[in-house]
Amino acid sequence: MKLVVQGHEAYVYTGGKSFDPALPCVVFIHGALNDHSVWTLLARWFAHHGHSVLAVDLPGHSRSAGAPLTDVESLADWLLALLDAAGVQKAALVGHSMGSLIALEAAGREPPHVTRLAMVGTAYPMKVSEGLLTTAREAPLKAIDMVNTFSHSSLASKPSFPGPGAWLHGGGRALARRVLAGQREINLFHHDFSVCDRYAGGLEAAGRVQCPVTLVLGERDQMTNPKQTRELAQALKARAISIPGAGHSLMAEAPDALLQALRDALR
Amino acid sequence: MCMAGYSDPGFDTLALHAGAAPDPATGARAVPIHLTTSFVFENSDHAASLFNMERSGHVYSRISNPTNAVLEERVAALEGGVGAIATASGQAALHLAIATLAGAGSHIVASSALYGGSHNLLYYTLSRFGIETTFVKPRDIDAWRAAIRPNTRLLFGETLGNPGLDVLDISTVAAIAHEHGLPLLVDSTFTTPYLMRPFEHGADLVYHSATKFLSGHGTVVGGVLVDSGQFDWEASGRFPELTTPYEGFHGMVFSEESTVGAFLLRARREGLRDFGACMSPHTAWLVLQGIETLPLRMERHVANTRKIVQFLAGHAMVSGVGYPELQSHPDHALAQKLLPRGCGSVFSFDLKGSRRQGQAFIEALRLFSHLANVGDCRSLVIHPASTTHFRMDDAALAQAGIGPGTIRLSIGLEDAADLIDDLKRALKAAEKAQ
Repeated sequence: MKLVVQGHEAYVYTGGKSFDPALPCVVFIHGALNDHSVWTLLARWFAHHGHSVLAVDLPGHSRSAGAPLTDVESLADWLLALLDAAGVQKAALVGHSMGSLIALEAAGREPPHVTRLAMVGTAYPMKVSEGLLTTAREAPLKAIDMVNTFSHSSLASKPSFPGPGAWLHGGGRALARRVLAGQREINLFHHDFSVCDRYAGGLEAAGRVQCPVTLVLGERDQMTNPKQTRELAQALKARAISIPGAGHSLMAEAPDALLQALRDALR
Repeated sequence: MCMAGYSDPGFDTLALHAGAAPDPATGARAVPIHLTTSFVFENSDHAASLFNMERSGHVYSRISNPTNAVLEERVAALEGGVGAIATASGQAALHLAIATLAGAGSHIVASSALYGGSHNLLYYTLSRFGIETTFVKPRDIDAWRAAIRPNTRLLFGETLGNPGLDVLDISTVAAIAHEHGLPLLVDSTFTTPYLMRPFEHGADLVYHSATKFLSGHGTVVGGVLVDSGQFDWEASGRFPELTTPYEGFHGMVFSEESTVGAFLLRARREGLRDFGACMSPHTAWLVLQGIETLPLRMERHVANTRKIVQFLAGHAMVSGVGYPELQSHPDHALAQKLLPRGCGSVFSFDLKGSRRQGQAFIEALRLFSHLANVGDCRSLVIHPASTTHFRMDDAALAQAGIGPGTIRLSIGLEDAADLIDDLKRALKAAEKAQ
């Protein structure tokens, strides 16, 4: 589905069903150098189990037009504008990695409009090492390979994503390369990682969040270390769920466990 | 397996570990063979979720199977792709690729230096179903470009062509394909990912006859089709099969479901489902056993081949050897660039003399097995003029690039000295048969 948000066309995947704003809405927000397709199994499940679904492509990512927005705060405003454009009054927000920060900030900006918040593969602050930022700027393909390796905990996560026979490392690398290549104006990898690195409003936003919050963390996450969520979890009074064996790419490495965690979180 | 490195493991490690971990139910270290047609659902909702692609998992072994999935992931890992589909044969893999992208009224541009079975499929069989193919000499780059039409859906060639081991200039042909919004499909059977990874040179889809080097022991028939995930089907605009709603699967738009895996989704959800040319899990297991030693075997295949090529090239009864590592081969320079690890172990040479001398040569061999296959761990031989092309007169043979004394060898893993002794004996027998 295409919407016009802040003057630009925005793509949202609706889970294989027509979008119905009257149903309880779940919004999925992807992380750095990703797009909506990291959510498709979960989006389809929720869309076929009594929800309406909006899995977004953020501005300047994959199918969404417009320049990439420069900070988490602007992205949160864009997300809230997208909900307006879709005619959604209230929604549950589910974000992964950079997307989890956008969801947090949006939930803090418009508390009455957010029914549940689920932060997947998250940490706060989400600092990125100077070395990785430099590699992302100077050699983004090399940085993609590094981050892709860090993001997977196993060479054999089952039942694989989006289905059997998919090689997760290859899928992660190909998607990052595609999203990078699709944005010709700027180095989107460096941009997205800088957005994560710079975000400093997390605890302030957490103080304004009113809805129940769940953190879903990969036990072996090397990108966003689960230990770096304690202060945030406290500020949000959040429940934390650790997915055994999973790394940062939880949607691909542990789709069933993540579904169960989100079913509980959004109940 | 926990990974803490800065990059993915190397080729040899992936050949052993990609896609497989100790079985969580039994602790079995080797990959279990899941010889079952179907898989029990947890409940009705789980069943519906699997059928509707809301959850990942196995339903029926024609569509997917846990043993096959390990093979698929492993080959995808070795090729650097996003995933793969195991098929009943290499021919089934080729058909699945074409059937996913083309239909009646479509057109393919293919190298003329193809395995005979692939040529038959394109020239005779698919034309009966409305898919037309233009064949071009693989070295004629202008011909590739000139053959493309508005209804072309695919460019197709072999990494090493048949029978002359024409080296496909993948990056150049891929660039032509991409200029026209088309993917390049490559048959990589002769080279395997150990010798070359076509995706790194711009190919979009790769398939193997796993019957050959991947399984490596001449025991099974199978194929694997791999997607690089690099081709942008939406940007191309030529593939509504992947970018518009498919009524055969609840209006699914495959390119929206998976930005980089749309091709494989449709191939599995339509081609494998409907044509049904799936691989047996037992076959998948045997191919996996082969792949675990692929790096070791390919190294030995190439080492033996180099010794035998050198021997034959210097023999008085041999008029020519067609191996791209020789400077006399027309693609020598390209082979040096694309295939630094070697040009495989299948090649042809020309025996001086008549068809009868060719037959005498074959019949005198003791270690080489006379049969129609390649890529076995044992050395193999065939004399095309008296077998695969026996109906042709000498003029027709010449047109096909085959002489009355052309012999094709597939070099195995025996002691090279024993193979050379065997060849010496047979060459002497051929000389006497004059």
